[in-house]
Amino acid sequence: MSNQWETVIGLEVHTELKTKSKIFCACSTEFGGEPNTHVCPVCLGMPGTLPVANKKVVDFAIKAGLALNCEIKEFNKFDRKNYYYPDLPKGYQISQFDLPVCGQGHLDIEVNGQTKRIGITRIHMEDDAGKLNHEGEVIAQAESSLVDYNRAGVPLLEIVSEPDMRSPEEAAAYLEKVKAILQYTEVSDCKMQEGSLRCDANISIRPLSATKLGTRTELKNMNSFKALQKALEYEVERHIELVEDGGTVVQETRSWDESKGMTVSLRSKEEAHDYRYFPDPDLVPLVIDEKWIESIRNSLPELPDERKQRLINDYDLPKYDAEIITSSKDLADYFDHCLDHFRDAKKISNWIMGELLRLLNVNDKEVADCPVAPKELGELLHLIEKGTISGKVAKQVFEEMFASGKNAKQIVKEKGLEQISDTGELEKIIEEIIAANPDPVSDYKSGKGQAIGFLVGQVMKASKGKANPQMVKKMLSDKLG
Amino acid sequence: MALTIHGLTAHEMHDKLKNKELSATEATKSVLDRISKTESRVKAYLTLLSEEALKKAEQVDKRLAAGEDLRPLEGIPMALKDNMCTEGIKTTCASKILHNFIPPYNATVAEKLEKAGAVLVGKLNMDEFAMGSSNENSSFYPVHNPWDLERAPGGSSGGSAAAVASDGAIYTLGSDTGGSVRQPASFCGVVGLKPTYGRVSRYGLIAYASSLDQIGPVTKDVRDCAWVLGAIAGHDEKDSTSANVPVSDYSHALNKDIKGMKVGIPKEYFAEGLDEEVKAKILEAVKKLEDLGAVCEEMSLPHTEYALPAFYLLAPAEASSNLARYDGVRYGYRDKNAEDLITMYKQTRSQGFGPELKRRIMLGTYALSSGYYDAYYLKALKVRTLVKQDFDQAFERYDVIVAPTAPTVAFRLGEKADDPLSMYLSDLFTIPVNLAGLPAISIPCGLSQGMPVGLQIIGKPFDEAALLQVAYNFEQNTPHHKLKPQLEVE
Repeated sequence: MSNQWETVIGLEVHTELKTKSKIFCACSTEFGGEPNTHVCPVCLGMPGTLPVANKKVVDFAIKAGLALNCEIKEFNKFDRKNYYYPDLPKGYQISQFDLPVCGQGHLDIEVNGQTKRIGITRIHMEDDAGKLNHEGEVIAQAESSLVDYNRAGVPLLEIVSEPDMRSPEEAAAYLEKVKAILQYTEVSDCKMQEGSLRCDANISIRPLSATKLGTRTELKNMNSFKALQKALEYEVERHIELVEDGGTVVQETRSWDESKGMTVSLRSKEEAHDYRYFPDPDLVPLVIDEKWIESIRNSLPELPDERKQRLINDYDLPKYDAEIITSSKDLADYFDHCLDHFRDAKKISNWIMGELLRLLNVNDKEVADCPVAPKELGELLHLIEKGTISGKVAKQVFEEMFASGKNAKQIVKEKGLEQISDTGELEKIIEEIIAANPDPVSDYKSGKGQAIGFLVGQVMKASKGKANPQMVKKMLSDKLG
Repeated sequence: MALTIHGLTAHEMHDKLKNKELSATEATKSVLDRISKTESRVKAYLTLLSEEALKKAEQVDKRLAAGEDLRPLEGIPMALKDNMCTEGIKTTCASKILHNFIPPYNATVAEKLEKAGAVLVGKLNMDEFAMGSSNENSSFYPVHNPWDLERAPGGSSGGSAAAVASDGAIYTLGSDTGGSVRQPASFCGVVGLKPTYGRVSRYGLIAYASSLDQIGPVTKDVRDCAWVLGAIAGHDEKDSTSANVPVSDYSHALNKDIKGMKVGIPKEYFAEGLDEEVKAKILEAVKKLEDLGAVCEEMSLPHTEYALPAFYLLAPAEASSNLARYDGVRYGYRDKNAEDLITMYKQTRSQGFGPELKRRIMLGTYALSSGYYDAYYLKALKVRTLVKQDFDQAFERYDVIVAPTAPTVAFRLGEKADDPLSMYLSDLFTIPVNLAGLPAISIPCGLSQGMPVGLQIIGKPFDEAALLQVAYNFEQNTPHHKLKPQLEVE
């Protein structure tokens, strides 16, 4: 029975920092350049060249560390992680081994209305590798491979969590929160599709009452939140099945195969690399003093949890709304900008959580690419409030705004969607409806108050939804009074 | 012996250029001519740049003709060890794996000398990737000692020392990781300085062991050494390990006498393994320093004997990582027959590296491996700290330390080629200095069996001035630096 088992998950999150230049040279970090155009002798690892640490990278690491409640290490150093791969120009990655820039920290996640604290073990800085392009459908059949070193030397932070997550949902919530914090602090774009946010997971199961951890497997190659959750769910099932059938989990590294919907073994524990870490003699140890930390602390922006609390306190938003709105900085900024154009925070929140997120999701768009600007949404809400259009019509208008980029007034005008609030016009329709529906009319007159609903509906239908329902109701009851 | 142009020191040549007794073109032609007469036997060069050198000399002459001031090293023909990157000029590290490598950038030292008006006549032979003590590890051909062509010039900067000793360059640069400037300087009877770690930028120096490597001048006398050091020293923002310490006026230091200077004589450097005749020459030199007013005193550097084993863990460990980039993917040699990646790596590196490199890569990989790291690499780091502490304590009482540079004079080519341990021992007295990051100079102090003996003077961090001061006082009061090998000219 699978509910006898507890799942234990820890995540290693890699994020590319959005510094202008690379971690150890002056090359641009810009994504998407022609292959091998953002390179120099240093990031190509050419003979005799030397790395020089980019101070901005350290600033960003401290910033992320403070935002994740980590201890900032006064003395930290760079180490070499030695392994061979064609995308690794020096034959080693410059990383941080035993003395990373940030020590223990934590963040809080919300799952099913419950707040849970997830521990962070450490954060360290390292350089990214280049990218291989295989000339063929799959690597095994490739005739040759080409290497693009534009990404080589782009700064990365690796954020390692404690094995504190107990379900794939918690893992996804943790990754969402890390992403939000990195975006709020503006240290990373966190675009999973561009690889600026990547994630490996360590997962194991144990009997519910056990305290000792089970044998873990490491999962790689999960390129979206969905993939992370699916891979973890798959792996939990696999572990449970293995153990319940009397087998054991083998410690190994596995890769998520998105097309097959399963994890496959990459390498066993025995095949694991011996990275032969040692201090990089080309770089001097980093000493971060209290003044440096303070200056970064003073530059920290409002973080997701603070912002959520502010939305609850200042606008009376329900906790649930505030949680969703602040889950991404862009969304929270969108909300704030809407407030510049419309006063009712709850109405804005309803529209964002309902229509806006639905359409973004359907169209696979990010908030930053939303075709409807906050000002436009504000105007739409004004039209509803003034009674120019009904809420129902507004939804159509919003879809149209999203698709065409036109503003609400334009659409309402072009399509003649204004509500009919003209009593003369409404009078005519109401007369027709009363005449056509003698039974409900007499029902209402004999005291069955609810019959008016039907009559209002008929008027709305006849006006193609444009009649102002409040006015219709009032006029009907006056007439039949 | 008639005075020759190529036989001049840099400062003598400078004076003649300044007085218009000589043009840079004449100076360069003289050195190129000398090379053409000696090179077939000395084999100090891997690349000769005759045309480029003459072009540069012409530019200098034009500048001078236009009435511009002559800078100290301007117009002087010199050469660089082939592990210093030169833009557009082949830089091989004397290795098959880089046999065709042309860097698109200059080492900082090459840049500085180029800007100072130096005339680069060529790139010098060396032990492959600076690993060796005899120059026999060059992938191409060994260098021969100008004093006795049957003997080794020392290593790894054998080409740098042999070129200067045979007047095939007025001065050269070498690199010193465990004695690679000083030991060949000693074997070839010239002046060789290893500056304090961080004094000279390592940018563009192809790394052997990054925490130990340091570039230094090889010159005909101490004044030249001061000039060249002044030209290449200083902080470089491209090298995080280069020190932000002001560069002294080294020539100025030469004017001071050494009366009352405290000189330590470490007894561990006069123990077993030191050739008796070499020992006698060094003690004679110590006597001379006393005559000049220095106070010499026997003292102890107790951890000396552990320096060599520690070095042969640390240097190979760093090398195993530094050499990982030579994988056939981006530049240099690649085995073209390999059909998959792993085979390409294996074949490229098996064919591209010589046996001594493979030995050190294996040693270093082992020392860093999980399970052995603490016992080897970490332990060696601790020994390094102890060796450094020995020196720190000694320098509380002494201004400089004087010792032999090498335990013997130059040995015969082939004599130690099959015995790596005995080869390693020839760096016994130079290695502790690298571990401690200190400056040290080797200067000629006489002959034994007709071969030069080198006197080593070790100083406090960034106190190259004191070394040069002692060295200059000794040199000016002895005839040793004037001795030249009697190299038959074709």
